[in-house]
Amino acid sequence: MSVYSMWGALEIGLIFSLVALGVLISFRILNFPDLTVDGSFPLGGATAAILIHHGSDPFLATGAAVFAAACAGMVTGWLNVSLKIMDLLASILVMIALYSINLRVMDAPNIPLIMEPTVFTMLQPASLEDYVARPLILLLIVLVAKWLLDWFFATQIGLAMRSTGSNPRMARAQGIHTGRMVLLGMALSNALCGLAGALFAQSQGGADISMGIGTIVIGLAAVIIGESILPSRRLVIITLAVVLGAVLYRFFVALALNADFIGLKAQDLNLITAVLVTVALVIPLIKQRLQKKRA
Amino acid sequence: MLSAQNLHLTFNPGTPIETRALRGMSLDIPTGQFVTVIGSNGAGKSTFLNAISGEQAIDSGRILIDGEDVTGLAVWDRAHKVARVFQDPMAGTCENLSIEENMSLALGRGQFRSLRRAVRDDMRVLFRERLAMLGLGLENRLTDRIGLLSGGQRQAVSLLMAALRPSRILLLDEHTAALDPRTARFVLELTSRIVAEHGLTTMMVTHSMRQALDVGERTVMLHHGKVVLDVSGDARTGLDVPDLLEMFEQVRGEILADDSLLLG
Repeated sequence: MSVYSMWGALEIGLIFSLVALGVLISFRILNFPDLTVDGSFPLGGATAAILIHHGSDPFLATGAAVFAAACAGMVTGWLNVSLKIMDLLASILVMIALYSINLRVMDAPNIPLIMEPTVFTMLQPASLEDYVARPLILLLIVLVAKWLLDWFFATQIGLAMRSTGSNPRMARAQGIHTGRMVLLGMALSNALCGLAGALFAQSQGGADISMGIGTIVIGLAAVIIGESILPSRRLVIITLAVVLGAVLYRFFVALALNADFIGLKAQDLNLITAVLVTVALVIPLIKQRLQKKRA
Repeated sequence: MLSAQNLHLTFNPGTPIETRALRGMSLDIPTGQFVTVIGSNGAGKSTFLNAISGEQAIDSGRILIDGEDVTGLAVWDRAHKVARVFQDPMAGTCENLSIEENMSLALGRGQFRSLRRAVRDDMRVLFRERLAMLGLGLENRLTDRIGLLSGGQRQAVSLLMAALRPSRILLLDEHTAALDPRTARFVLELTSRIVAEHGLTTMMVTHSMRQALDVGERTVMLHHGKVVLDVSGDARTGLDVPDLLEMFEQVRGEILADDSLLLG
């Protein structure tokens, strides 16, 4: 594995750690299995790409991408809270709808960003190679996002959101409007995914309609890997574990793809991810069975 | 004070499994009174409690708390007036949050929640002081996950949590039913202590007639979604379980007679 591909794996890993933080909020904190991510990630990418393509400021474009994705999350939350559509189904509906919306936003299946300025070209110090600078800038963004989340979940509203996911009946009895908490959490979760999509488009040279396929599974894989390498009940540690999980996952993938003797190619990525997540999900079950047999 | 006026509620109306859970339930509880509620299965005890807390919407009737009509309010909108301890010790707390986080949630019951830190040092002093009165050593375990506590401990903490913020009515839903006899006794004693200390208006639903007579100052019996017996003061002081049973049989007999008259 070359140094270049190591930096590349770190770069993509860090981008997906934002997705992982988003998935952590929906799946783990709100207890809301949310597949909207597969649509809000490319929505972020599409929004940022089209705006930059039309000459708007990359930071503004990224902000708009975050906002658009947050709205997508709110729609999923609203379908579930107000229209009583099952959580998983509500998110699938929005995900499918977003496929059309993303095509509309881009007005083409893809938008290349080759010569345009991006947040990376604007922040990059002249003394660093771009393949080194990008991961470092991303590291900063991810650390700020992690710190903000840690802070938020220690506030009164953050705690109210955690109780909503953990025990909604108790939360309501304490005067917490659980529906509003779901909306807010879904907005937050998808905003992170939209940010990831916007940064992905800017680091990988453009947005593509198919860039979102499997995002949710990669996010879940990161969460599960993170939880197993750094098991903890403390949220500050959990967010760190999830970030590490996303980066590690990308390294595993890069290793697997680089090891020619296995014979894996880039197109096998989603299959590998699915297998990896399945194994990670089954391991606790097998552990439990083994313990029962012993007892 | 609490005033429930002529509450009616039918589950699955118009179907073969139609259940008339509340049939003109009326009950007034003056401020500071501790009422125990008994009744057989299906008498409407839990439904009545859920109607007051707002978890269950009613078909008709009115619920007033301190003179304010709360009939149409959602659970979270009446939480500042109503405190509650559930039957299931797991239901009243968030198991993956710490003791202090759970208590902070309860301290904010019905209050506006902001982006201020949820658990602050001044709160910890209060939490420690309250937990110390349990004598369980929990005051030294503030950051422990509440899921690590036993059912009895969690129920005791739930009681403390219910009393952290002033309420107009405290609802106890068979809150000792899931505990072993010794722990149940401990939690019941704690209940009497907390209610007396804070002068709480309290409604305690129980499955045990013994319990219903031992604590509180008034006992109400429900049957077929209505109050059929209401004893307090001197009439209640001399009462024992067999007396209560006899009264219950008598009342039920009358109702059956009524029904057969109607059917006939």
